[in-house]
Amino acid sequence: MTAVLEIEGLRKSYRSRKGVRRALDGFDMVVEAGQVHGFLGPNGSGKTTTLRTLLGLIKPNGGRMAILGRELPAHLPDVAGQVGAIVESPQFFLPFTARDTLSLLADAGGVDRRRIDEVLELVGLRDRAKDRVKTYSLGMKQRLAVASALLKNPKLLILDEPANGLDPGGIREMRSLMRTLSESGMTVVLSSHILGEIQLICDSVTIISAGRRVAAGSVAEVLATHRSAAVRVRVEPGVDLLAVAELLRSAGAPQVTPAEDHVMVGGVERPAWITWVLAQHEVWVSELAPVAVDLESVFLELTGTAPVRGESRQVDETTAASGGWGR
Amino acid sequence: MSLATAELRRLTKRRFVRWLVAGTMAVMVAIAAGFFLSNEKVGPRQIAEAKVAAEREYQDTVRQAEQERRNCELAPGTNGYPADCTQLTPPQPQDFPLDWYLPSSFVFKSDFGAVITTFAAIFVLLGFVVGASYVGAEWSSGSMMNLLLWRPRRLQVLATKLGVLLGAMTALSAVVAVLWTLTFVVIARLRGTTDGMTAGGWRSTALTEVRAIVLILLGAAIGFGLASLGRHTAVALGVAAGVVVVLQFGLYLVLSNADVPYSEIWLLPVWAFAWMSKEVKLENYNSCNYSGVNGCVPDSLTLTWPMAGALWAVIFIVIVGAAMWTMRNRDVA
Repeated sequence: MTAVLEIEGLRKSYRSRKGVRRALDGFDMVVEAGQVHGFLGPNGSGKTTTLRTLLGLIKPNGGRMAILGRELPAHLPDVAGQVGAIVESPQFFLPFTARDTLSLLADAGGVDRRRIDEVLELVGLRDRAKDRVKTYSLGMKQRLAVASALLKNPKLLILDEPANGLDPGGIREMRSLMRTLSESGMTVVLSSHILGEIQLICDSVTIISAGRRVAAGSVAEVLATHRSAAVRVRVEPGVDLLAVAELLRSAGAPQVTPAEDHVMVGGVERPAWITWVLAQHEVWVSELAPVAVDLESVFLELTGTAPVRGESRQVDETTAASGGWGR
Repeated sequence: MSLATAELRRLTKRRFVRWLVAGTMAVMVAIAAGFFLSNEKVGPRQIAEAKVAAEREYQDTVRQAEQERRNCELAPGTNGYPADCTQLTPPQPQDFPLDWYLPSSFVFKSDFGAVITTFAAIFVLLGFVVGASYVGAEWSSGSMMNLLLWRPRRLQVLATKLGVLLGAMTALSAVVAVLWTLTFVVIARLRGTTDGMTAGGWRSTALTEVRAIVLILLGAAIGFGLASLGRHTAVALGVAAGVVVVLQFGLYLVLSNADVPYSEIWLLPVWAFAWMSKEVKLENYNSCNYSGVNGCVPDSLTLTWPMAGALWAVIFIVIVGAAMWTMRNRDVA
């Protein structure tokens, strides 16, 4: 497979009175052709900075970037016609209609105006194309943003939070659109916080935290690498779960967490050992199930952003917090 | 070329620009109507009426003077009267020139210069606001960022936008200048005179209009540059308000109170006037160059149109240059 997008050691710092903040701290990313690639990270982790840098809106302090084999930013004007993008929230001149907005972009980019009708149809705005953008809901603006990105019929489509403001039907339509585009040969980079969607749509993912890549690969690979050995244990009703937890701990189980109606046991190589230990104390297991890992739990584990009861996490607090404010 | 076409469409499609141009044209029509209604052609009837009015006022004043002389002779040296009442001289007929009693009449040769300056002042304001809002709204709405995703060459984008703005303003100003001139030729013919307009006079009028258009383009470029620097229309308008309050009123007041000579040079309208009328003579009334013939003659400083042109060139280069530099180097966040 050929890499459509390559980033190596990308660095970007912001200076302010508080000091220097490293928004990107040697970030790496590779997206192969024809993939739908998820780009994940908590708020302030550097996702949007990466996309803006890639698209020439921000100048990096160091590192290497390439799109379609052309080095950036030197050759960005050569490849810009093949890259469709929306960055963060959709932004348009509100008094113009959707058709005006797209036709001005088409004129500026030398795109055939007939393409406007195609993309309006594709994003479901055909019947509202003559309405001013200021009358649009957030979801409709989002659709218009996707339409503007698709206008060029790009080889690489970069979408930052495309599902923002979309209703459930819209999210499903967007998912289907991404699949169709990918099947047509378009490479899609999708940044989103809706991890369930990413898991459903994407072939591969990159997870960024504090300006660094913390995981990358196909969705299956990332899930496999971070599969936990946790087992959910239920026992017959009436048995004290705290006593069960204590029994397992004293027998040598490394991680035991009692819950309301079960006990979670982690770090045990053979789950049958749990049955044996409890049976010796005449406690009979009614359920012994390995816990399936999903992208959300991997994301929370890798980025250290899982909520902790009684604590409020600040934006820059992650497991790799060196990218925060510092001097 | 496709970018220039798109930008021209973007500029002319904006309702704010359309309303602003329409409003400006309405003001111009109102001014022309005002000139038409407040002037009239001078013929034998107007001259006869003026002669009668001048004679009547002369006779009234003679009667008043006679009454004053009689009052003086009753009590010379009192009530403000001189001791020698012959010092109260009666008015003379030449003190009541006929011109004073003629109705206002539009003399194209002498009056049209001020009318061109009015046109320039209104269109400078129009150009400034259109220029500022054209690029300022692009930045604040996020449209500029969208455009840069399509056309990443930032300097080319900003230069094209500026070029389109200046081109559109040149075309609009030139058309309006021609219509403005024709309108006032008609007003002069109907409500005044075009007498004295030689080929040289028309050439001079045309050159003044060219200078007016240059001033209008400068106003548009400054508005564009300031809004581009601040990435918002309000920045340009704020800077303009700040310059008027701080520099035009504040600094001028302080300097003139401190008797600093030629403090008027800090007033941009003085330079604009020098540019339009070819020169402005400033005088320092605190100085005295005595001569037996002319008495006390103050020092003077003449601001010429090339001097004003140099100032405008510097302002243009600094503001537009800074806008281009920041466009090239500043992140689009």
